[in-house]
Amino acid sequence: MTTIPLVAVVGNPNAGKSALFNMLTGARQKVGNYPGVTVERHSGRVSLADGRPIELVDLPGAYSLDASSPDEEVTRDVVLGRQEGERLPDAVLIVLDATNLDNHLRFALQVIGLGHPTVVALNMVDLAKRDGLTIDTERLAAELGAPVIETVAVRRRGLDAIKEALASAVTLGCKAARPEENFTGVQRRARAIAKAATNETGTTRRSTQQIDKIVLHPVLGPIIFATLMFLMFQAVFAWSEAPIGWIEAAIAWAQGLVINTMPAGFLRSLLIDGVIGGVGAVVVFLPQILILFLFIMLLETTGYMVRAAFLMDRLMAKAGLSGHAFIPLLSSFACAIPGIMATRTIEDPQQRLTTILIAPLMTCSARLPVYALIIGALIPNRDVGAGIGLQGLVMFGLYLMGILGALVAGTILRRTVTKGAPRGFIMEMPKYQAPHVRDIVIGLWQRSMIFLKRAGGIILVSTIILWALLSYPQPRPGESALDASIAGKIASGLEVVVAPIGFNREIALALIPAMAAREVAVAALATAYSVESDDEALVEQSLGERLQGRWSLPTALAFLIWFVFAPQCLSTVAVTRRETNGWRWPLFMLGYLFILAYLAAGATFWIATAAGL
Amino acid sequence: MRLTLDQLGFDTPATVAAIDWPALSEGDAKRLRNLGVDEGVAVEALHGAPFGRDPLAIRIGRMQIALRLAQARAISVEPTAP
Repeated sequence: MTTIPLVAVVGNPNAGKSALFNMLTGARQKVGNYPGVTVERHSGRVSLADGRPIELVDLPGAYSLDASSPDEEVTRDVVLGRQEGERLPDAVLIVLDATNLDNHLRFALQVIGLGHPTVVALNMVDLAKRDGLTIDTERLAAELGAPVIETVAVRRRGLDAIKEALASAVTLGCKAARPEENFTGVQRRARAIAKAATNETGTTRRSTQQIDKIVLHPVLGPIIFATLMFLMFQAVFAWSEAPIGWIEAAIAWAQGLVINTMPAGFLRSLLIDGVIGGVGAVVVFLPQILILFLFIMLLETTGYMVRAAFLMDRLMAKAGLSGHAFIPLLSSFACAIPGIMATRTIEDPQQRLTTILIAPLMTCSARLPVYALIIGALIPNRDVGAGIGLQGLVMFGLYLMGILGALVAGTILRRTVTKGAPRGFIMEMPKYQAPHVRDIVIGLWQRSMIFLKRAGGIILVSTIILWALLSYPQPRPGESALDASIAGKIASGLEVVVAPIGFNREIALALIPAMAAREVAVAALATAYSVESDDEALVEQSLGERLQGRWSLPTALAFLIWFVFAPQCLSTVAVTRRETNGWRWPLFMLGYLFILAYLAAGATFWIATAAGL
Repeated sequence: MRLTLDQLGFDTPATVAAIDWPALSEGDAKRLRNLGVDEGVAVEALHGAPFGRDPLAIRIGRMQIALRLAQARAISVEPTAP
């Protein structure tokens, strides 16, 4: 059996590497993981002109083989053939930013020195031209000893030529590796080649600098930042209303279909409550999650995210972190898992660890179903003045509490368990770029698939197990279904622990499966409150209506506060374990967050009760 | 007239004259090297963050990078004659 030739796509961050990769592979991509690290492996197949397939793997952007962050280490290890779970590439495709050759050539020279058959894509030649730079590609190719092809990835320019060059590269054997050069030597050689191959004519159009004059302005900058953040969260709620309505209608339709076509009984109620209700309660939040991801991807691809990190550095420094930590923390508003994975760009191990430990405090989208249910059911829909609703204010307060909690936790952790030498904040500020629909669509598609697999997997399974534990054994006459069930007995045990913070037995019951994933709490509450009622009542009375009569306001508030802090997400624990290479830190994270959640929920309950709410 | 990068005024083109590598932490030094900070490279201070212009946004070669004043202090620059 012959294996398909593997081509590694490498380059500095912001060279347009992923855009080129997306153009070459289209939607036929596979997203996986390298063993032992959380760096995602993006790969895809490309058919060459002669029909032969090759496999392209998009490696994380790197400035140098002298890696300074975990994702740069993966890139280094792959091109050196040392990465577990990856074979040595048959060729490398180096992507250079034509507007920044002196810098990008250094890494290119290091990689070329390894002796792999190499093709160089000189990307963004259109931007270079706009900046008054013309590049002598023949001269560059001669200096580098590799074919150089001009590309404009986002406009598909040069793709066929790249494929042709790759076709001949993969048939070549390796050249002898160059003897290793010292870093400054490579650095200066890169500058000399860039200088020789670049012809600077006319005046430079520094649009990035003009935009930065406004965006980083001492007064306007923070105002623009706050406005963007506000718009983002506003959009998450406003734009999602219509699609959520459609999904809810589809769920109701599916439940109605089952009710009409199946006889009442075990299987029917499993399908309605467990499968359709459980998965539906989560899928309904897909629109909000996608809108949040859309904004985060737009902020990243346009280059604004680094400016936001720049503006936030001062504040983050107060918590012992840096602007670097801002980016993973913002992503954590969508989901802590990509957030924790994004910490791999933070070089300082102690800062990175701190960021991982506080990332679960950011209000992720899995909390939204829980917040929306409880706030909708138990917080009065009153206007508190100036057109601000009380429900919206409570939601805002929960977000704010997560952020403040994270900053305080970060400050304390940096002074105790994650102490370390102070480090600076050094980061490239890439030029602004217009986002490209294709890259955004591919990214959103991948996120949706990951989310739906989760909804279909963990959530479906835990809902069905809970439903089964709730339904058996069958109650004896005069006994309630909940009292008789296995789940009811477990919950009664747990209730002893959570009763002091105002939680009842149904909450205790919902918390068990919600340990796997927060959003399951909604489906679990629905299941817990519906085992005793029949199907007709379930369809007529919403879960919110059922909660209204049964929960006091202090209990509802305590429940909300619990969800601000409690680390209820198996995937987050798993990703933390992988990222920190062991059980020590995920266990620490679970411990400190559960204690925090218990105390905060308790304090809320006691204060609210004392205040007579 | 030599000064350190944190003292360089905005929009004053300069070249890097010397870098006090030992004054930087090992990680910061590596990062700066990887971003092309080297003697003889063109440098210019572009923007400062609100509340005390820390961190700074600078142009180094053809690249724009952010760094804090504490690291900028280790970089000596020589303003280019107009």
